Amino acid sequence: MSQLHVTTKINGDETEFLCEAEDTLLDVLRDRLGLTGTKEGCGTGDCGACSVAVDGRLVCSCLMLGAEAEGRDIATIEGMATGDQLHPLQQKFIEMAALQCGICTPGILVAAQSLLERNPDPSEEEVRYWLAGNLCRCTGYDKIIRAVMETAADMRRAS
Amino acid sequence: MRYEAPRRLEDAVSLLAGQDGAHVLAGGTDLLVKLRSEMIEPEMIVDIKRIEGMREIAAEDGGWRIGAAVSGAEMGEHAGLVADWPGVVEAAGLIGSTQIQGRATLAGNLCNASPAADSVPAMVAAGARVRIAGPNGMRDMDVIDVPQGPGKTALERGEFIAFVWLPARGEHSSDAYLRFIPRTEMDIAVVGCGISLSLDDGDRVTAARVSLGAVGPKVMLVEEAAEAITRRVLDEAALSDLAAACSAAATPIDDKRGTIDFRKHVAGVLARRAAVIAAKRAKGETA
Repeated sequence: MSQLHVTTKINGDETEFLCEAEDTLLDVLRDRLGLTGTKEGCGTGDCGACSVAVDGRLVCSCLMLGAEAEGRDIATIEGMATGDQLHPLQQKFIEMAALQCGICTPGILVAAQSLLERNPDPSEEEVRYWLAGNLCRCTGYDKIIRAVMETAADMRRAS
Repeated sequence: MRYEAPRRLEDAVSLLAGQDGAHVLAGGTDLLVKLRSEMIEPEMIVDIKRIEGMREIAAEDGGWRIGAAVSGAEMGEHAGLVADWPGVVEAAGLIGSTQIQGRATLAGNLCNASPAADSVPAMVAAGARVRIAGPNGMRDMDVIDVPQGPGKTALERGEFIAFVWLPARGEHSSDAYLRFIPRTEMDIAVVGCGISLSLDDGDRVTAARVSLGAVGPKVMLVEEAAEAITRRVLDEAALSDLAAACSAAATPIDDKRGTIDFRKHVAGVLARRAAVIAAKRAKGETA
């Protein structure tokens, strides 16, 4: 069967790829484009490890076909840092040890960034609800929530 | 498997009608799960998101026409829709996580035909209709007539829901949806209840629609419950009658998530609470 030719934008770069109709965006990112920062946890939209932003909207890349990316603007964890300069969320996660095994971390960072873009001053409850679809089996969440809250406070002071 | 993303409704219809095992893709939050788990093995997927109007919320006949590919997140950001139908928007907003909200749609929730679908009781209470595109053109159907049982809909070959339509919202009117889940987020309704009502100047209910989800093979409109509060102020006696009517109407099963007795009781409790919220909203109070 002939493959589909898709033209899209990933982390600001025009990108073309070939994929099968049944390939998910997650399959494409990891296996065809080598962008392995986005992780597969459950593959059913429950865990959030595969979170990416599509046209600025947070989604699970395991629940979207690669073919659907045609003409869209995709943001993955690889686009979060600026060169060697980590995003404040990434820096804070390291400082506060808001990760252990790290599998959930790219998805949580992408999701948290999406929250702070919309709401620079979220309450703890808002952070917890926003991240309810990002499962972490190591940390117990507390450090993650606190790291997001502190980053938000830092970013508000800096702006 | 083929993937097609037509730009016109008619093209989507002819693709769907012309191929056995063709499935519609809107948000994909159910379809992709079924595809990956091999519950379905489609010959073709027809992505309807590139068809004009599918991603739009537009004013129509005093109400709102919601394209079949509009996500829950987009509904929640639409001030006019939230003002008119807060119950429908909050019901759709309960489906899954933030990530799921970025894609999941009303039309998809309806076509998945789960008895526990959160947005469906809210749409039924709202008197929502769907516009179905098919080989014989467009036809309209009440939302309540779409589900025929778990996983089954009234749609025929080649047909798909193109739009959901919510009617004009009158003065002193509002709606609410509540569900019970054992957790605080990310779970499937054990019971769901939608209520839409209108009040007169004396806070008496002039019209009401009450619906229940997850307590039968498909969503139900409980006319006795609406009758129990119509022409009455929502005092303790009226709310008790409403709760009793909902508990009596519920026909749930026993399963690991709740017993029959528990679900019948909760149906009444949710109806009572949802009615209070809808009435507050109808009076212009925050709830």
